[in-house]
Amino acid sequence: MKLSRRETIALAFAGFAASGLPLPAWASKVDDAIAAFTGGAAVGTDGITLITPEIAENGNTVPVEVSAPGAVSIMLLAAGNPTPGVATFNFGPAAGAQMAATRIRLAGTQDVIALAKMADGSIKQAQATVKVTIGGCGG
Amino acid sequence: MASNVKPRVKVPSTASAGEGVVIKTLISHPMESGQRKDSSGNPIPRSIINRFTCDFNGATVVDVTMEPAISTNPYFEFVTKVDAAGEFKFTWYDDDGSVYEDVKSIKLA
Repeated sequence: MKLSRRETIALAFAGFAASGLPLPAWASKVDDAIAAFTGGAAVGTDGITLITPEIAENGNTVPVEVSAPGAVSIMLLAAGNPTPGVATFNFGPAAGAQMAATRIRLAGTQDVIALAKMADGSIKQAQATVKVTIGGCGG
Repeated sequence: MASNVKPRVKVPSTASAGEGVVIKTLISHPMESGQRKDSSGNPIPRSIINRFTCDFNGATVVDVTMEPAISTNPYFEFVTKVDAAGEFKFTWYDDDGSVYEDVKSIKLA
């Protein structure tokens, strides 16, 4: 069987797609976490602010800040970590503003996702890409 | 199993009624993620603080569920509404069952 140049390139890409399996496996964990939090509700994008650095030199402590006025709880996810969950903030009646800042670990360059559940049950989502120079999972 | 766990909390001493007050908390804790391996290749077991709560006069301000992706020496900053003088109670719950507490009072200006 003689392969044309076009077929060879197509085969090479097929092989790459097959080898890229770990990525969809992570993606499904993130989807599961999102589904568990939203309960299948529609996701909007307005009314939530996620502040992250564009480049983090050290993935062990990446400062993040999230605010979503009117939220009852906010969940943070790191899509590229071995386990995507980071933290869930539940705001009580004495909270002055639905905002929180903390420091998180990121294994590498990846998206950080924030989901806010509003008092009326609707869901807001924001995400930001953080470039990480040194990963934070201690290899 | 964490030793020398020391909570540090920054609360202003006075506030005017109805004002949003920013609270900063830090607690020294290694937050061992369970992902790392020691020099002979054995995994180091997870040992983290998994929950943090802050109450003001008995009403919840924030209740945080933490995963191993929270950094060493967990730091939190949040805003609370102060209508009266009172006491903030901060509680951290460790994986090993230990509970660390701190209390700060605030007066009305």
